Amino acid sequence: MKNQVSVEVHNLTVSYDGGPVLWDIDFELPQGQIIGIIGPNGSGKTTLLKSIMGLVEPSSGFVKIYDKNLDDVRERVAYVPQRESVDWDFPASVFDVVMMGRYRKKNLLKRTNKADVEIVNQSIEKVGLTEFKNRQISQLSGGQQQRVFIARALAQKADLYLMDEPFVGVDAATESSILALLQEMKADGKTVLIIHHDLQTVSEYFDYLVLLNTRLIAKGNLQEVLTKENLSNAYGGQLTLLSKVVDLIKKTEFPIREKDVDL
Amino acid sequence: MNDIFIILTASLVAINASILGVFLVLRKMSMVGDAISHSVLPGIVVAYFLSGDRTSPLLLIGAALTGVLTSFLINWLSKRAKIQGDASIGITYTFLFAIGMIMIAGGVQGDVDIDMECVLYGDIALINLDKVIVDGNLYLGPRAFFIEGFATIIIALVVRIGFKGFKLLSFNQDFGWSLGLNMNKWHYMMMGLVSLVTVVSFEVVGAILVVGFLIIPAATAQLITLKLKRMMLLASLLGVLAVLIGYYFAVYLNVSITGAMVSVSGLIFFVVLGLKQIKKKSNSSEFEALSTEL
Repeated sequence: MKNQVSVEVHNLTVSYDGGPVLWDIDFELPQGQIIGIIGPNGSGKTTLLKSIMGLVEPSSGFVKIYDKNLDDVRERVAYVPQRESVDWDFPASVFDVVMMGRYRKKNLLKRTNKADVEIVNQSIEKVGLTEFKNRQISQLSGGQQQRVFIARALAQKADLYLMDEPFVGVDAATESSILALLQEMKADGKTVLIIHHDLQTVSEYFDYLVLLNTRLIAKGNLQEVLTKENLSNAYGGQLTLLSKVVDLIKKTEFPIREKDVDL
Repeated sequence: MNDIFIILTASLVAINASILGVFLVLRKMSMVGDAISHSVLPGIVVAYFLSGDRTSPLLLIGAALTGVLTSFLINWLSKRAKIQGDASIGITYTFLFAIGMIMIAGGVQGDVDIDMECVLYGDIALINLDKVIVDGNLYLGPRAFFIEGFATIIIALVVRIGFKGFKLLSFNQDFGWSLGLNMNKWHYMMMGLVSLVTVVSFEVVGAILVVGFLIIPAATAQLITLKLKRMMLLASLLGVLAVLIGYYFAVYLNVSITGAMVSVSGLIFFVVLGLKQIKKKSNSSEFEALSTEL
């Protein structure tokens, strides 16, 4: 079974300024699936992804990827940060940014070679931005910018992809193009870990879920995770969300007794 | 002949400063440039004291180290000690600058002479007093010119070779870390270069106005172009243009030369900003097309 594990996290605790953001998180994730990380705002989703990517120093615990330390498998992991985390007025073209996916320790001081250019062009093609290849990133729509980030990750030719909120603020065209791409990646045996906050769409997007609220609430396939108990554990007393939870349970065709739902 | 060397030296200051200024502006770190330009003072004084010589390369090293120390201290205060970012900058550079002042006034005496006036404002009109003469009588030009030229070569080489690293640092540091690249190394290398620029320029344009050379042409270029390499080229050209116009302006009015150069640079900035606003209002789509071209 060990070789079927993509990411494993053990006893991971991360805290900023006193309070813990993640508390004793412990899980193993399968390979070749599209995995959603869900949970309310401030539940530590981004911090979890950053810890896996080594961008945040944990207070305790450790992460392994394909049963190895991150530094030994760097080139098999690609990271897509939140779109808002960078300044899109930066003077660079789509091609420039996607090319950053080919940067490595070895080649950082060298010129880019033909093979890299080829890979970058293919990646841009895959997200449907070929006609915008030379456009400056400040002149793209939000959805197009998101696709630039995804193309950059594709150019890394990784096996594991970590994406922070790729569906936020994107248009319908981008959403469906990302979804199609995800299916393609899954068919190629890639593992994709995606932070997502919209409960309504969870059941359409993912094969596997991690439900988080500082602690790990649940993980597993959709039926295992999307129970009323788990969701109310994660979302607690957030009344507006509780109604969404009810919708969600209806959608996933869980037996529901209206009497029990306290709105 | 003296005129030409003043213009050439100031142009080199402008080019050096503009190239790095582009990165500072893009990283929204303009004030860190300001901080470094002031806080290198104690480094300069210590190096003077140790070498007893104004031409010592120790001076450059000492100052570059103080500059890196400054950016390290600012980082440490804001990230570790949780002091507000702008307060960290204010604390660090005034503190170091004040130490430098005390050193000048009390600690360092005798054969070494630095005065505060020169540190703050520089004196480009006097650079010709310090000449490089070989073979007893062949005059090659003022020493400041050669020091600036040397800095230009270093900056051009490092930025050229490390261009990808600096680009990654400026656009998306987290992504750089995720690739396993040590972005701190790139950050401190950049800060070291900024220190180098301010140190070699402080005799010429002073610690205050060098910030104008760093930031204003870069900010002006950012208004005009959307491409990084072009922004660096344009910033350098704008810097040199301000030097040229400023010099003749100063001679004509008999006012401070560096003051005139930075004033002209500021004027160019506002003219470009004004033109951009007008164009935006009159025809936004046309301007976008123009920006794409540029």
